Amino acid sequence: MPDDLNWAIGGEAGDGIDSTGKIFAQALSRAGRHVFTSKDFASRIRGGYTAYKIRSSTDRVESVVDRLDILVALTERTIDENLDELHDDSVIIYDGERTEMEDVEIPGDMTGLSVPLQRLAEEAGGAIMQNIVALGAACEVTNFPIENLDSALEKKFGNKGESIVSNNKEAARKGQEFVADEYDYEFDYDLDTTDNDYVLLNGDEAIGMGAIAAGCRFYAGYPITPATDVMEYLTGRIEQFGGEVVQAEDELSAINMALGAARAGARSMTATSGPGIDLMTETFGLVATSETPLVIADVMRSGPSTGMPTKQEQGDLNMTLYGGHGEIPRFVVAPTNVGECFQKTIEAFNLAEKYQTPVFLLADLSMAVTEQTFEPEVFDMDAVEIDRGKIVDDDEVEAWTDERDRFQPHFSTADGVSPRALPGTENAAHMSTGLEHNALGRRTEDTDVRIEQVDKRNRKVETAKEEEDWSPREFGNPDSDNLVISWGSNEGAMREALDYLDDEEIDVRFLSVPYIFPRPDLSDDIEAADEVIVVECNESGQFADLLEHDALTRVKRVNKYNGVRFKADELADEIEAALQSEEVTA
Amino acid sequence: MSSEVRFTDFKSDKQPTWCPGCGDFGTMNGMMKALANTGNDPDNTFVVAGIGCSGKIGTYMHSYALHGVHGRALPVGTGVKLANPDLEVMVAGGDGDGYSIGAGHFIHAVRRNVDMTYVVMDNRIYGLTKGQASPTSREDFETSTTPEGPKQPPVNPLALALSAGGSFIAQSFSTDAQRHTEIVQKAIEHDGFGFVNVFSPCVTFNDVDTYDYFRDSIVDLDETDHDPTDRDAAKTKILDADKEYQGVLYQNEESVPYSDLHGLDSNMAEIPDGAPEGAMDLVREFY
Ligand SMILES: Cc1ncc(C[n+]2csc(CCOP(=O)(O)OP(=O)(O)O)c2C)c(N)n1
Ligand code: SF4
Repeated sequence: MPDDLNWAIGGEAGDGIDSTGKIFAQALSRAGRHVFTSKDFASRIRGGYTAYKIRSSTDRVESVVDRLDILVALTERTIDENLDELHDDSVIIYDGERTEMEDVEIPGDMTGLSVPLQRLAEEAGGAIMQNIVALGAACEVTNFPIENLDSALEKKFGNKGESIVSNNKEAARKGQEFVADEYDYEFDYDLDTTDNDYVLLNGDEAIGMGAIAAGCRFYAGYPITPATDVMEYLTGRIEQFGGEVVQAEDELSAINMALGAARAGARSMTATSGPGIDLMTETFGLVATSETPLVIADVMRSGPSTGMPTKQEQGDLNMTLYGGHGEIPRFVVAPTNVGECFQKTIEAFNLAEKYQTPVFLLADLSMAVTEQTFEPEVFDMDAVEIDRGKIVDDDEVEAWTDERDRFQPHFSTADGVSPRALPGTENAAHMSTGLEHNALGRRTEDTDVRIEQVDKRNRKVETAKEEEDWSPREFGNPDSDNLVISWGSNEGAMREALDYLDDEEIDVRFLSVPYIFPRPDLSDDIEAADEVIVVECNESGQFADLLEHDALTRVKRVNKYNGVRFKADELADEIEAALQSEEVTA
Repeated sequence: MSSEVRFTDFKSDKQPTWCPGCGDFGTMNGMMKALANTGNDPDNTFVVAGIGCSGKIGTYMHSYALHGVHGRALPVGTGVKLANPDLEVMVAGGDGDGYSIGAGHFIHAVRRNVDMTYVVMDNRIYGLTKGQASPTSREDFETSTTPEGPKQPPVNPLALALSAGGSFIAQSFSTDAQRHTEIVQKAIEHDGFGFVNVFSPCVTFNDVDTYDYFRDSIVDLDETDHDPTDRDAAKTKILDADKEYQGVLYQNEESVPYSDLHGLDSNMAEIPDGAPEGAMDLVREFY
């Protein structure tokens, strides 16, 4: 029967939930199935409910839905936490021999499979493998060939020795056999496998991979959820390509180190989340006025202040767009799915160097921690193009010097982009500063020069608007009168919501916008539609505000800010309700 | 090219706007001489400056340079040096810049031991903002923001550096041109983080820590039997609150700079036209 499986493992933080979930996700991916994962996690290390959820299908999956088919419950609380998503055909795997789980009541008509996870794990070589026993049981319930799990176990434990691998395989077998022997039950689930080779990774990893592909060699950062994975990914990998990761003492230091490396000519980057972006803001202005190419990733979480560090939000749009005193030209690029995290990171480095401007890479928690399968071609290294912009060598310096042979790093060109001499270039030594400066980089308060330099920096943005492709991505029915627009990771849920809406015979044109600034001009699209709805994970509708401003009209808003990403079915309902509401007409 | 470099090559054509008599003139001259004496030229030198009267130094010197935001010069220098080990990196700033707003970075830069030179122009006052107390101001020094004195002990930057594992800790007096130059030169030649606290009097706002005061109080370590490789001896001198010392207080001859420990020796500015060779392995990891 159903090939679309929603599976979860939940328990206490510290129970190995995350790594177990990842192993199963990998097993599914290795069997040529698509996978989309999500995590419920609390901001603590031990204790507290945590879950790893997997949606898997042979078709592409882009989001989570409000349904859970198989739940591995290591604690009773896991069942309570997921009650809303469980249904009559759900199967709950738990260890009824454990004292805390002895009296567990399986709700409604659901099937409870009591599997002695701990006892079987001990028999296989250690209680620590109880989660693996559960994975074996899950294979039986879903008719999923356990060999795929074996291969994921080999990958995970291969470097720990053959016996660890074989013990884990044994643990999985015990779980599988226990269910087969003890339960005379026809399960509804039947997972197909395919020959496809997918890669499975999350957004933070994709950003890190994109950075290395783009030639980034220097990364400085300070740990913060949910951006830390970027740094952890790069650590140990960037060195193989001649680079370095520095864990700075704070974000102020991180961005200044990254700035220093960029001035020395390296492709350089830092990544952080809300509170760290706040700290970086002063230097951000310096990066812009000194015209230093720098990529700053903000992996958004719930704010303000420390907010909800492990929860989803898209609340920093205004911060990245307007943050900093004075007026600062910048680019804000916002990937819309895990694969795009890779591609947009590469693009961000090219934009930064071509226009000698800071680029915000605006990602969000849901995307950063989501493992998603992709065709490997999405990460095509051969397609990577590097554009370093207007770097001048020793011979070209003279063309950019003034009458006294001084190099002019801020020369006001027609396109706003000045020549750039990396340190070491002969006869081009110059200073950069956050003070307003003339073409030489020297401080000035001359009214005309001030205007010239401000205009010059802004002209880069105008040039980029013309030269680059800022188009949105389009889904759904191009001729529909109903237009839905979103940015960031909402794309996945919205794409799938289109199918639900289609079932209701509601047709929709959907634009997913990966650029906040510059952004596509959607005025005509908005004008042409009868109904315009902007979907985002924040309370006020920061992107909707921008679009209203651009198109001089009102739009409807669907906002979610409880800390949880949009689910496809839920979003479809909200879109339907918004279409019916009278509230605003575009 | 190095043999032809003269210290004046490091001078920009911009006239300093420091008050006549400011200690920063001498500090800067010594830095330029030390750079020239150690075989550097403006094209391979990167000067990072903080904010303050002292921070203006980047403007008056000729080299690759960045004049940053207040207190953050050390991280910038760190990034420059790690990205391109061929550059000679010199970071300069004031006592407020380095020991107040930038104090955190100072400790960690010392620990990190990146091969660069840090020169602090210590005038024991905030000059640029017109005379407020700095972290090195005396406990009873009356200023516009501390009319009865800060009523807290000054920080001892040398002690901070020593306790953070500093590998080169020195102090000089800007007007003693020869010694100051020599000490900065030793800091440049040191393999690792060379830290020099320079007494660089502010003639406008500080009437206590004046040229006369320093001239009368300074003890030159070269005229004592101080052994700079002896950490305990350095500690005793550094914690001696009654004296102002000039010279190298401590130098760890075994110092291994960050880049060596981390195997960084290439210029990170040089990258291929496309994804680096072997990048496909990064994708294969996720199969
Ligand atoms: C974030 C920030 N806060 C405050 C200032 C104002 N400010 C400029 S210089 C300075 C103090 C400089 O003192 P010091 O480092 O001792 O340098 P000096 O001027 O004495 O050489 C201050 C507070 C600033 N530029 N930036
Ligand atoms: S105010 Fe003091 S520190 Fe600043 S330039 Fe004048 S003398 Fe020098």
